Amino acid sequence: MLHTATSLFHSLRCDGSFWSLRLVDERSESLAVRRDVPQPASRARDRGAMVTVYADGGAGYAATSDVSVAGVQAALDRAARWARSTASRSVIDFRAVEMPASRGDFESPGVDVPWPRARWYEVLAAESRAARVDAAVVDWEASIELRTAEHVYLTSHGAQVRQRYRFVMPGLSATANAGAVTQTRTLRGGRGVCQQGGVEVLARFGFEGAGRQVGEEAVALLAAPECPTGRMNVLLMPDQMILQIHESIGHPLELDRILGDERNFAGTSFVTPDMFGAYRYGSDLLDVTFDPTRPEEFASYGFDDDGTPAERAYVIRKGILERPLGGLLSQRRASMPGVANARADNWNRPPIDRMANLNLEAGDASFDELVRTVQNGVLMATNSSWSIDDSRNKFQFGCEYGRLIEDGKLTRVVRNPNYRGVSASFWRSLLRVGNDATREVLGTPYCGKGEPAQVIRVGHASPACVFGDVEVFGGEA
Amino acid sequence: MEARFHAAAAALTAHTRGHEVSTLWFSAERSDFVRFNRGLVRQAGTVTQIYARVHLIVGRRHADVTVTLAGNHDDDAAIAAALDELRDVLEGAPEDPFLLYATEVHSTRRVHRGSLAEPERAVSALVDAGVGADLVGFYAAGPTYRGFANSFGQRNWHEVESFNLEWSLYQRADKAIKSGYAGFNWRDDELARRMATAKAQYAALERAPHTVAPGKYRAWLTPAALNELTSMLSWGGFSGRARETRQSCLLRMQTGDARMADAVSLTENLGEGIAPEFQGDGFVRPATVPLVTRGALGEALVSPRTAKEFGVAHNGASASEGPDALDMAAGELPAAEALARLDRGIFVGNLWYLNFSDRAACRVTGMTRFGTFWVEGGEIVAPLSVMRFDDSMFRLLGDRLEGLSAERDFIPSAMTYRERAVDSARLPSALVSELTLTL
Repeated sequence: MLHTATSLFHSLRCDGSFWSLRLVDERSESLAVRRDVPQPASRARDRGAMVTVYADGGAGYAATSDVSVAGVQAALDRAARWARSTASRSVIDFRAVEMPASRGDFESPGVDVPWPRARWYEVLAAESRAARVDAAVVDWEASIELRTAEHVYLTSHGAQVRQRYRFVMPGLSATANAGAVTQTRTLRGGRGVCQQGGVEVLARFGFEGAGRQVGEEAVALLAAPECPTGRMNVLLMPDQMILQIHESIGHPLELDRILGDERNFAGTSFVTPDMFGAYRYGSDLLDVTFDPTRPEEFASYGFDDDGTPAERAYVIRKGILERPLGGLLSQRRASMPGVANARADNWNRPPIDRMANLNLEAGDASFDELVRTVQNGVLMATNSSWSIDDSRNKFQFGCEYGRLIEDGKLTRVVRNPNYRGVSASFWRSLLRVGNDATREVLGTPYCGKGEPAQVIRVGHASPACVFGDVEVFGGEA
Repeated sequence: MEARFHAAAAALTAHTRGHEVSTLWFSAERSDFVRFNRGLVRQAGTVTQIYARVHLIVGRRHADVTVTLAGNHDDDAAIAAALDELRDVLEGAPEDPFLLYATEVHSTRRVHRGSLAEPERAVSALVDAGVGADLVGFYAAGPTYRGFANSFGQRNWHEVESFNLEWSLYQRADKAIKSGYAGFNWRDDELARRMATAKAQYAALERAPHTVAPGKYRAWLTPAALNELTSMLSWGGFSGRARETRQSCLLRMQTGDARMADAVSLTENLGEGIAPEFQGDGFVRPATVPLVTRGALGEALVSPRTAKEFGVAHNGASASEGPDALDMAAGELPAAEALARLDRGIFVGNLWYLNFSDRAACRVTGMTRFGTFWVEGGEIVAPLSVMRFDDSMFRLLGDRLEGLSAERDFIPSAMTYRERAVDSARLPSALVSELTLTL
């Protein structure tokens, strides 16, 4: 696509002080077997162009699914008109913005290795069958979504970036029912298993053979008692930790939220600019990095959508807040350092600050040591419910699966485990961080934000962690 | 755009072979998007997009592919390529026992053209109207198009030209009044009127916030707040598939263990909405479907696929089986007397970020947000510090529901994920005797 994009780019005319062309070509394929019935295959090819123009100190964008020279030129002209007509009313004086002229490539691991398509209905059918362990299982599904993408970014300042991806997203779920009680169990949540690469992604999570366990745990939850109520220690597994990181560290540290851009929709942040460099976000055990360099992680990339080279950086070190998650424009507005995270979810949306890969660094505790640390409390696994205030402070999260920890040992299964807290104090109650053996590299394809709204891929790697004195409760009541 | 749809439909028919059946779902828009912060323009742009989902059926084998179209003569080749790709996919694909599609031709056409402001003028109008305030907001405007075609010759077209402007006036931190102006015919004086109302409400934000302890509080829920709650019911609650697989949040109503108050009647009212009257399998949907009638569970929204899978009748629901025009019957409370009727408690302007804390029990948690105030003696005392609630919908819309307002708001969806949404809701306000706050 690089040749096509370059040829297109050189056919365009624009008198703005800066202009860019971003071409996106994504193909996806979804396969599923639900209740042992193969679902019809569904594919997509999504191709379009986004152009951005700076002129007279203003900026404008236009996107089109018509990628002919005439179609993109019309978009470019529209973007230039937006730039000029809003220049006198712009939040940012774009004359002062120096856009990077990066050149480079990025590729997912094994992006060109063919996907062994032929056997996938059989694999999915086997896991679907295995998930129905009991007549109480009323709905069950095995699925996989594959997505390949090629993004090319060219600018009038000489940037030339080509990035090629392959995303793999398998899923397993089983729902069991008895009377008025229904419980669902999944493999690390809805599309929580999502990585770049090939078939090795499924092997990492033991996808083949996991159907039975998902079904058995759904049935076990039917007979389980409700999660107890009270203040206690909790052991959060990686497939809940990723949600905790995402909602109460990732979003509040997004610099565009701190600058107020999102206040009409996604919300603001309890974090203010003066807190960076000194604020104690969590206990000494809390180390969080922005890391687009881990090859298999879902939101790894070489450059963001403003062409800024992506590098690993600490955002929280030993519990102290270091830097926000803000791209080039937000950094300039706030006069603060940031990261390369100006990202758009597709060709038809402009870049905004997104968290990309945000990881909690591993500690030194084995899983058994984590359980012993809790003594009496609850292990919670796999996020099922998430809610947090618009400043990203007061939260309440629920999980699919809980197990009591009594006298330092895992005991009974409990259902509907929920907990609530406040971001500003919760991370300070981080008592123990699991070692690398407890860590999983997960993520979500469904992070929503922005006006117009965008749903983007993010990655989170986290070990299991123990938190002290948490308000815990179950369902009903 | 309608001509482009018909050209794509003609291409579909021309490239479909004798033993094949094909359908086309056409979804397009030309949208101006402007976002504002600090009373100025943060991002301004225009998006022109055409998506076509091409569905090929051979016997009981079928598959679909969604492609972008340019809207020109290249579309013919794109449709032909999509069909060729699907022919390859269908080689060796399993048969589908639950395939069901419309075979009787039922063509429709609905066009609602508006009178929109030039986008630059709308920008100026909002910025000028918001002078002196910390305004943050979003303007989305332009035509949206939906079309369906099949190789039997059916053609359905739905075109709406509309705008949706939402803005918030911030006093400080998280204290703000959120307002909206949406419709089909832009009027500067109507924007000015709504801005004046917002600024009048804004004055109350200047008082020191009132903080309440967790507990149960009397509450008046505006239509915007109630919309957040009913949106949770729409999250699978009315789905035929969810009902058959015992996953609906209304399961307790299904089993006879719960009901809502007699005052609650909910209807999928497409006839008064802005969503298309047809769906992706080519079926034309009924104007109304009763979902809850005087507190009792009514019909589910059943897609053709669910109907085949579970041996029930379908009612033309889309594959998502969620309402596109949820309508709650009005009550008798005068909205103008909201504060007096509330007397002492919380006036909830908006709720935010709701989710289930126990789906099977229809227990929901979420936050208070914009325009929420503590009220005493029928007067606003102060803005409320944001609070978390966690409560059962069966109680809020059951024995704790004191009444619904006689007036209702029409709330077109402002969602713009992937494309501008065409769903809407028409809802009253609600007065509840207790809302459980937890944090």
